[in-house]
Amino acid sequence: MHALLGENGAGKTTLMRIAFGMIHPDAGTIEIDGAPRTFRTASDAIAAGLGMVHQHFTLVPAMTVAENVALGGRGRFSPDEARARVNETSARTGLQIDPDARVSDLPIGAQQRVEILKALARGARILILDEPTAVLTPAESRELLDRLRAFAKDGGTAILITHKLRDALDVADDITVLRHGRNVWSGPADQTSESALVHAMVGASAVDASTRSDRANVLGGPVLTLDDVTVRDARGQVALDRASVVVHAGEIVGVAAVEGNGQHELLRVLAGRLAPSAGRAEIPANVGFVPEDRRRDALIGEITLLENVALRGAGVRRGRVDWRHMRRETEDVIAQYDVRGGGTATLARALSGGNQQKLVIGRELEGASPALVVENPSRGLDFNATAAVHERLRAARENGTAVVVYSSDLDELLALADRLIVVHAGRVREVARDRETIGRAMLGADLPNG
Amino acid sequence: MGETLALLSDVLVRATPLALTGLAVAIAFRGGVWNIGADGQFLAGATLAAWIGVALGGTHLSLPLALLGGAGAGAVWAGIAGVLRSRFGVLEVISTIMLNFVAAFGVSYLVRGPLQEPTHVYPQTPSIGDAAQLPVLVPGTRVHAGILIALVLGVIAWWAMRHTAAGFRLRVTGANPFAARSAGLVNVERVTMRAFLLSGAFAGLAGAVEVCGVTYALYENLSPGYGYTAIAVALLAQLDPLWTLAAALLFGVLEVTAAALQREASIPSTTAAVVEAAVILAVIAVAGWRTRRVEQHA
Amino acid sequence: MTAGLDAFLQGTIRTATPLALAALGETMAERAGVINIGLEGSIIAGALAATIAAQHAGVGAGIVTAMLAGLAVALLFALFVVKLRADQIITGTAISMLALGATGTIYRIVYGEMGTALTVPTMPTIRIPGLASIPVIGAALFAQPVVTYAAYALVPLIAWWMYRTHAGLALRAVGESPEAAAASGIRPGLVRTLAIAADGLLGGLAGATLVLAQAGTFVEGMSAGRGFIAIAIVALGRWRPIGVAIAALVFGAASALQYAFQATGTRAPYQLFLALPYLLTLVALATARGRSIAPAALARNEEGE
Repeated sequence: MHALLGENGAGKTTLMRIAFGMIHPDAGTIEIDGAPRTFRTASDAIAAGLGMVHQHFTLVPAMTVAENVALGGRGRFSPDEARARVNETSARTGLQIDPDARVSDLPIGAQQRVEILKALARGARILILDEPTAVLTPAESRELLDRLRAFAKDGGTAILITHKLRDALDVADDITVLRHGRNVWSGPADQTSESALVHAMVGASAVDASTRSDRANVLGGPVLTLDDVTVRDARGQVALDRASVVVHAGEIVGVAAVEGNGQHELLRVLAGRLAPSAGRAEIPANVGFVPEDRRRDALIGEITLLENVALRGAGVRRGRVDWRHMRRETEDVIAQYDVRGGGTATLARALSGGNQQKLVIGRELEGASPALVVENPSRGLDFNATAAVHERLRAARENGTAVVVYSSDLDELLALADRLIVVHAGRVREVARDRETIGRAMLGADLPNG
Repeated sequence: MGETLALLSDVLVRATPLALTGLAVAIAFRGGVWNIGADGQFLAGATLAAWIGVALGGTHLSLPLALLGGAGAGAVWAGIAGVLRSRFGVLEVISTIMLNFVAAFGVSYLVRGPLQEPTHVYPQTPSIGDAAQLPVLVPGTRVHAGILIALVLGVIAWWAMRHTAAGFRLRVTGANPFAARSAGLVNVERVTMRAFLLSGAFAGLAGAVEVCGVTYALYENLSPGYGYTAIAVALLAQLDPLWTLAAALLFGVLEVTAAALQREASIPSTTAAVVEAAVILAVIAVAGWRTRRVEQHA
Repeated sequence: MTAGLDAFLQGTIRTATPLALAALGETMAERAGVINIGLEGSIIAGALAATIAAQHAGVGAGIVTAMLAGLAVALLFALFVVKLRADQIITGTAISMLALGATGTIYRIVYGEMGTALTVPTMPTIRIPGLASIPVIGAALFAQPVVTYAAYALVPLIAWWMYRTHAGLALRAVGESPEAAAASGIRPGLVRTLAIAADGLLGGLAGATLVLAQAGTFVEGMSAGRGFIAIAIVALGRWRPIGVAIAALVFGAASALQYAFQATGTRAPYQLFLALPYLLTLVALATARGRSIAPAALARNEEGE
């Protein structure tokens, strides 16, 4: 078991995509068992015994498990044969999945099992997994890592791409650290420590973002109030089920959930972007919102930074647009949030991902809103940028803003939040700030105090 | 000299409907609405304008009524496609093209039936009254006040898109409706519907202007494909209203030249259509190349 | 009465044939995620190519040349949409405009200004003995030119290929999720190009049908929006070959209604019947409720290759 560590943007995914034949290297070689290989497409890599489990699953949602596993074959296609192949691989590896289930109907954990099954069905002996525990609860993560260890013990090789130090140290035999696209450290796991790895990943100037200010905060009045709110999704299914939440001025409320349990809808109702199907939501008109998919939902690539900042509030503005005022505001955001790569007239798509993020966060934070809802704030940001964002969120809280943060990284939530709520199957409840409790609540387990 | 003046007059007369339909297409595309139906909306506007011009042709109100009515008819025709998209998810590329055909058949029926001129010999309406005709700007030519209308509306459209909140909303909705809704709290459905209606109004006005300024009657094939040429005009102008006016002039020159070449050198005038289509392809090829270049450097 | 019914059934099959051919091709393209608005261009190009080739070298040459012409137009579309990643909708519209203008130009150059009464050899009607004698439907279904029989054969063939071969599975995967397909070693760009090519071939064949099996001559713009109607037929048929064939029959029947009405002697304006297919397209698209059933990656242009 080999762990490939590095910050966001260090090059881990790129390196593995080269290994898997999806990207072509400009220089260097790949060797398997001592023999040099070149892969023109993913098929070559698959033929050489590689299997990749991607971070964002590469499954066709509308097709069944059997069809997904059969993808990439040749000649005639028989649904019966495909079904049999899935069952045979299931029996061999212990990964149970219904071959006729439609992937879009499966929960996230099951979808990941299908990804792994797909690789193993093709006889992969080298498994590459990209951030596999990102979407799993603590219990599911443990189960996955145990299974991988068994796979390794059986003669297979598992390469774990992750930014989670703890997972790497717990499970890997060897560790390699990438920073800015270079291999900065490589060696057995028992010859290093957490702090040494952090140093390697980030360099000398690591800012410790994990401490929480214990200073008691003066809570203000309620700013965001949800009372028995139900939300139905596009298919008419209940996504949020009679949820009641109150967020006060001057506090950070953390939201923990397994993807697909309703947190998506909860966040958008709190941000005023989604109307409840039933129940009452008291939300001020001007809530700042940083969605997870910044590129699609928060920025427009082909317009300038100035226009992107002007996007905030475009729905309610009337009459003429005061561009001079907007320009000053944009310049402020660029300066204060360290947005690099251009000025007010630069097109947003010319900025790197990290800088685009900073612009969005800056725009929303500077919007003078009484409340702020943030979804996975550190996604795509490196260590230092993440620390800076966390500082901003804390500063907003000091200023009396009501802040809601959703993160699939429990460490981030525990570092930021004053209170924690968990969403499971559309139901919302508050839980104690304890990892185990949170993890179990995310899975819907009954807690001592109901 | 007389011949040059005649050619220039032809260019301006030809450029007027191209300018107005070009603006219609530019506004629609900017809002993310693929309005390929400017031809049908043009015919709708021309039809209502002709009817008003004939029925009320004696009164002074007939001209403004015809123009406004034409714009309204165009808006309604486009609105059908708008409703089909918002309620039923129908791609407007197809629905607007279908509506083009339906409008053409509708005109054919009307000019051979209920609206036909009294002698029932020619498939066209009677001439509109004198009061419904647009004044001629340059005596001795066919250059009419419609070109001023196009100019003024073009400038207004340019200013509104750049400086009003509504114009900004249109632009961002067309560029990325997800971000517009999520980041800007824009009511995307309402903006889109308004884009349909406004675009249809411009195209309908183009039809009304053509009837009131040039033909003074409605007949079949009133539009030799203005709605499709308008796409080339708008894309060449990068969807900017002022450049659209310039591009319309350029295409006016192109089409008048093509007609002249057909008369003098027997080169089919359909080559103009080929050139126009090639222009569209060239514009999108360059745009795509530029996008990829920027993304590579990001 | 039977004369009216007979004419109606014959008319249905006649009208449906080119629509079905074009729609089957478009089904393949759309299943790969590409909406080919340039199909109209393939049809009109095929029609003109069939005319010119048949006049000089007979019906067989006409068919082959037509398919090649349709293919050429489609490959131009593919160049822009797959290679240059241009917007599918505008490109398709431009390609159709280009083909309509070019065919008009070429026609006028080759055959003179207002086109003399040009006639080309047409396909003979082939009666299938036995089947053609079935009462009521026999004559309509089994006394048709060879293209109609080709259409009959293509429907089950394409259906089989799409659902029982890995190539068909790959096509469907590319239309749903190109990233997933790429991760399994499939090349989405290649698949899309081939699907567009098939679309062009069948569109060209549809154009040949219009000339060589129906009109017997060429008229500018004779495709009359059939490429766009085919797109509606694909949606109505839920992107499945058999459904598409049935939808094409429905459209054929709607167009053939004019014969039924003529038999009963109503005095509705003929323009209404001409407009009927286009109105039907609008209704078909509105009721297709296809958004959730359409291939998920339809008309997207992101990375995948």
